[in-house]
Amino acid sequence: MKSLSTNSNRSTVALPSTKSMPAKLFGSGRLADRLFKLITLSFALAIAGLVVLIIIQMARDSMLSFEKFGFSFIWREIWDPVRSEFGALPFIYGTAVSSILGVLIAVPVSVGVAIFLVEHAPRALATPISFLVQLLAAIPSVVYGLWGIFVLAPLLRDSVYPRIQSAFGFLPLFQGNPTGLGLLTAGIILSIMIVPIITAVTTDVMRAVPRAQPEASLALGATKWEATIVVLQNARSGITGAVILGLGRAVGETMAVTMVIGNRPDISASLFDPAFTIASAIANEFSEATSEIYRHALVELGLILFIITFAINAIARLLVWGATRGHGKAAHA
Amino acid sequence: MINCNAARQHLGISLLTLLAVLGTSACSSSQPGSDIRLQGAGATFPNPIYQKWFSEYNKSHPNLKFDYQSIGSGAGITQISEGTVDFGGTDAPMKEEHLKAAKGPILHIPTVLGADVITYNLPGLSAELKLTPETIAGIFLGTIKKWNDPQIAASNPDVNLPVSDITVIHRSDGSGTTFVFTDYLSKVSPEWKEKVGANTSVNWPVGEGAKGNEGVTGRVKQSPNTIGYVELIYAEQNKLPYAAVRNAAGEFVRPSLESITAAAASVAGQMPDDLRVSITNPPGANAYPIASFTYLLVYKEQPDQAKGKALVDFLWWAIHDGEQMAKDMLYAPLPTEVVKKAEQKVDSITHQAKPLRTS
Repeated sequence: MKSLSTNSNRSTVALPSTKSMPAKLFGSGRLADRLFKLITLSFALAIAGLVVLIIIQMARDSMLSFEKFGFSFIWREIWDPVRSEFGALPFIYGTAVSSILGVLIAVPVSVGVAIFLVEHAPRALATPISFLVQLLAAIPSVVYGLWGIFVLAPLLRDSVYPRIQSAFGFLPLFQGNPTGLGLLTAGIILSIMIVPIITAVTTDVMRAVPRAQPEASLALGATKWEATIVVLQNARSGITGAVILGLGRAVGETMAVTMVIGNRPDISASLFDPAFTIASAIANEFSEATSEIYRHALVELGLILFIITFAINAIARLLVWGATRGHGKAAHA
Repeated sequence: MINCNAARQHLGISLLTLLAVLGTSACSSSQPGSDIRLQGAGATFPNPIYQKWFSEYNKSHPNLKFDYQSIGSGAGITQISEGTVDFGGTDAPMKEEHLKAAKGPILHIPTVLGADVITYNLPGLSAELKLTPETIAGIFLGTIKKWNDPQIAASNPDVNLPVSDITVIHRSDGSGTTFVFTDYLSKVSPEWKEKVGANTSVNWPVGEGAKGNEGVTGRVKQSPNTIGYVELIYAEQNKLPYAAVRNAAGEFVRPSLESITAAAASVAGQMPDDLRVSITNPPGANAYPIASFTYLLVYKEQPDQAKGKALVDFLWWAIHDGEQMAKDMLYAPLPTEVVKKAEQKVDSITHQAKPLRTS
């Protein structure tokens, strides 16, 4: 995907210099070329500049909170607007755990759907199924939230969580009084929301694997399952990218999560307990954050979310880079 | 306006009369047919009745358009302080520090009253709950954990209370509703005041947060054994039960439009000059104790004559004719004593130090 787009960029850059409109307009193909390069460069720089400006602005708007708490803001556990005592740890914890739960549930489902669509489904079935999966992505997140409150949470509270608790209640993960809302419910909602993107990217990546690969293994006597493994191995860098994209969406998701997570800035071992995420804290509290330092603490939360997203993307790049190198070796072996 | 005035000063004396006439009509837009647009922002709780007022008032004043964004009291205070709107709306009175930060003296005009009701979901309950201030504080502090706690049972002798755990539902977003509730708890419970305090959002000792009055209502409605606080109108519209609360005079009082107005009436005598007052836990025998005013915020000195005049006339209309519509929309109207005080505030609004209300 990436190399394709750079190629097409090059060809558009090359075009005007030969025989198109801009060349006539400016009299010199070289001038047009240079101008075009400058314009595109300024666009590219503008995006980078925008990111830098956002960071500067957020840093400035979180000064008060940073001055008061320093880096301890990151690991402080208290969030008390009355006494102006703020700390980000419960929110970081809630964001991380709900997103990871979402990914853990979504990945097997998405990869399973993708394998079915690419390797097994007849065309007549593959098209409607992939259409329906895509449709999940088109549902507004507030609708997921409403469905979470009114359908999913009561169902989990009455039928699912008590069973989990009677089977695994000895684990601290499943103790407490399940009310239907909480970390696990948020993770489940998130998983449904990120299945479409992981499935879509995984399907594309698997389709991009040359058919010769699985066909060769089938010819060598591999089973259908083993041939699928070959495809997955070839596609793993892309699948990693897909998972990270899903994680990125889960981390930033606001509306649906705030409606089902219970919105309580606490760190508790049980997945049944309410928690809070960074994005939902900002959405919930910003409009009524009446004191200066309160607002600054919320902006600092935003800055942390920004850095986390940045880090996730950086890790994704590294993973994909590592996987592509590994992929090269695997092909040789 | 300032530009217009400056321009007028530069005019030749011989043309003064003629141009002053033209100048007035052009600058102050007081001529019939030209539109005046008043912009406001703030509290969400009174938004339904404000919208009703705007549309009713607009029928008799077709050239006056209102634009009120219900984005929350905090945002309303910020916007009026920065002068980006013509009027603000807030449930909790502005704090001293915010008043000082504003561009000029700001007046609080009370419009209607609201109340927080304690709503709950206990299937099969034989009667309505009665709660004492101590019990409410205990439940929201997390010291009372079960529905059949002796403290709850003591004030509800005829009710079969379940043995189940109490799930507390509070607001997750900052809110005037939360301010009124925590302000009340701070007055009746020293422990609450010391541990939690009063604010638009607080560090809740127990429970889970839901977004908005509608969020808390929805959560309580669909989960058994929950308790939460919402504006009266939400409990009423969703047919949720709500508790009678023992007031400062020792009476259990159900929240109703009458008992809310009674709460305001019982403190009207002690209202400070600027009308910024909390009416939670009032002395009246028939007063519901968790109520509050909601205010419109306006600058005492209006920068624009036409807009200022329109605003003053509207405010006068709102605290008289407007009040008549309150009950139908489940808002408690101001008691007459408070209307008198609000009148004085409206009368004191000026443009260039001249009162704007003439008729």
